[in-house]
Amino acid sequence: MAIPITYNVRNLRLRLGATMMTALGIALTVAVAVFIMALLAGLKKAFVSSGDPLNVLVLRKGSQAELQSGVDRESYQTIKYLPGIAKDKAGDPLASGEVVVVIVIPRKDSSGETNVTVRGMSPTGFELRPGIKLAEGRWFHTGQREIVVSKSVSSRFRNAALGDELFFGKGKWKVVGVFDAGETAASSEIWADVNQMASDFERNAAFSSVLVHATDSIAAQSLKNRMNDDQRLRLDAFMEPDYYGEQTKSGKPIQFVGTIVAFVMAIGSCFAAMNTMYAAVAYRSREIATLRIVGFSRPSIITSFVIESVLLALLGAALGLILMLPFNGLTTGTANSLTFSETVFSVRITFAVLVTAIGFAVAMGLFGGIAPAWHASRGEILAALRD
Amino acid sequence: MPQAAEMKSAPAATKLVQANHVSKIFTRDTFEVRALDDVSIEIAEKEFLALMGPSGSGKTTLLNMIAAIDRPTAGELLVQGENVFRYSDKKIAEWRNRHIGYIFQTFNLIPVLTAFENVELPLLLTKLNKNERRDHVMTALTLVGLGDRVHHLPKQLSGGQEQRVAIARAIVTDPTLLLADEPTGDLDSHSAAEVLEIMKRLNEEFGKTVVMVTHDPNAAAYAHTTRHLEKGMLLPG
Repeated sequence: MAIPITYNVRNLRLRLGATMMTALGIALTVAVAVFIMALLAGLKKAFVSSGDPLNVLVLRKGSQAELQSGVDRESYQTIKYLPGIAKDKAGDPLASGEVVVVIVIPRKDSSGETNVTVRGMSPTGFELRPGIKLAEGRWFHTGQREIVVSKSVSSRFRNAALGDELFFGKGKWKVVGVFDAGETAASSEIWADVNQMASDFERNAAFSSVLVHATDSIAAQSLKNRMNDDQRLRLDAFMEPDYYGEQTKSGKPIQFVGTIVAFVMAIGSCFAAMNTMYAAVAYRSREIATLRIVGFSRPSIITSFVIESVLLALLGAALGLILMLPFNGLTTGTANSLTFSETVFSVRITFAVLVTAIGFAVAMGLFGGIAPAWHASRGEILAALRD
Repeated sequence: MPQAAEMKSAPAATKLVQANHVSKIFTRDTFEVRALDDVSIEIAEKEFLALMGPSGSGKTTLLNMIAAIDRPTAGELLVQGENVFRYSDKKIAEWRNRHIGYIFQTFNLIPVLTAFENVELPLLLTKLNKNERRDHVMTALTLVGLGDRVHHLPKQLSGGQEQRVAIARAIVTDPTLLLADEPTGDLDSHSAAEVLEIMKRLNEEFGKTVVMVTHDPNAAAYAHTTRHLEKGMLLPG
């Protein structure tokens, strides 16, 4: 049996000041790592949960996003009647030609202005997005200068509450409803009537994109292939979840900077843990010699001190996670390089983030603890007893 | 059969420790220090031997060699007929756990562990289960008169009590040989007498072989035999 863990726990408690200082250092590193991972998890969730697997999004050939795309009205008519598209109750195809533009509006917190996506759609667009529910007010009426805004747009931007008026395009638009899009990409959007939008932004000749709903998954795949292969249409079709999944790339800068910061901090924390453990070894050299005389082998001593270092790091991880818990669920936004607008998402401390953070802390404890533990096991018994 | 067994174990019983021309030479800068100089000694089973001598005479060096903490530079040292220095570090540690109980002048208890946990430490290396370990620890602590102090931390005990816990830790694995390095050096005369009485009892009632290093003639008086070392050499007994 190894040296009991009680020995390590009580020693950490005995040197409470040093233990807490080191644990706090590790906690800050874990907090940074958790924040970055939670941001990315939220962003991923926003995009991955967007899109219906039976929806096919159609863009002009070569376009990466709706904003750069244009699908003329003639092509829209062709697409609408392709086989495999589901029909609504009235027997009309579930296809929505949509106009997407970006407007600049001021934030409520006076931190400046930002780009927000406005989507013009026909009422069929609502049917294609059944997961999105009206939270307040009503949907816009066709032919009216009315808009419905997402909950996060309503809460984050000035003049975007129910009953307010926003000025864009050629005039004022009245906010008649607020929709709840959960944590999907639509939670960063404003919706309006497609024809009013086309008129205001002079987009009468073409839609930005066309969204169609297939009867089943085979039909969806077949629709996608057919539109991609038809040289006359010159279109690119995407399964809607794949299109949004691709946009998680907008989190790459956060990931890149965050990883570097967390890595540099982790190196610092490893040295802090190492320093604390070297001090512990020096302070307890006589105890270590006694344990050796009692019969504990060198590997037992190494294991014991590495465990102590890992316990120290786990304490840091727990503190770091406690520091970050108030940020869980916090709504924030990032610039999406594909849509040129802000994507709103929530900071999400998921189970995977928790496990990764703990693993990260354990790694810091191991790297910080191995050298002092090795040093502890190699000490001369006699020299230690004479100290 | 019992007779045959006794006959077989008889030589080991008479010579538990055999040091043959053992020397230990340290090099400090360019000087050679002879901590032990051609020492030959035999310690019989169940003996209580006191090693005396001035500081630096080599008493503790000899004791540490018997415990295989220190290696001789020359000569041969056998404990129970075995030259343990041929073993690996791990095997020496196991051997020490099984056969040696070591008592230090400064007690060397682990400050964060209770009396019970300190005494239990050597048993963690055995195959005993938790209940068996508890029984052994309680027996050892009761034997040294501390059955009612099991949950006390070392800092909550007096010096004499700490040394008695250290004795309990040394005997809990039922070792053959008890080695004590100035066990009363840090104690008042009353506590010293208590500790020496326990050691005498362990020798007489439980048949433990005791080798004790001491400066104190009163402590040495508890031993059957006293040998003196001077400048690393064992004086004729």
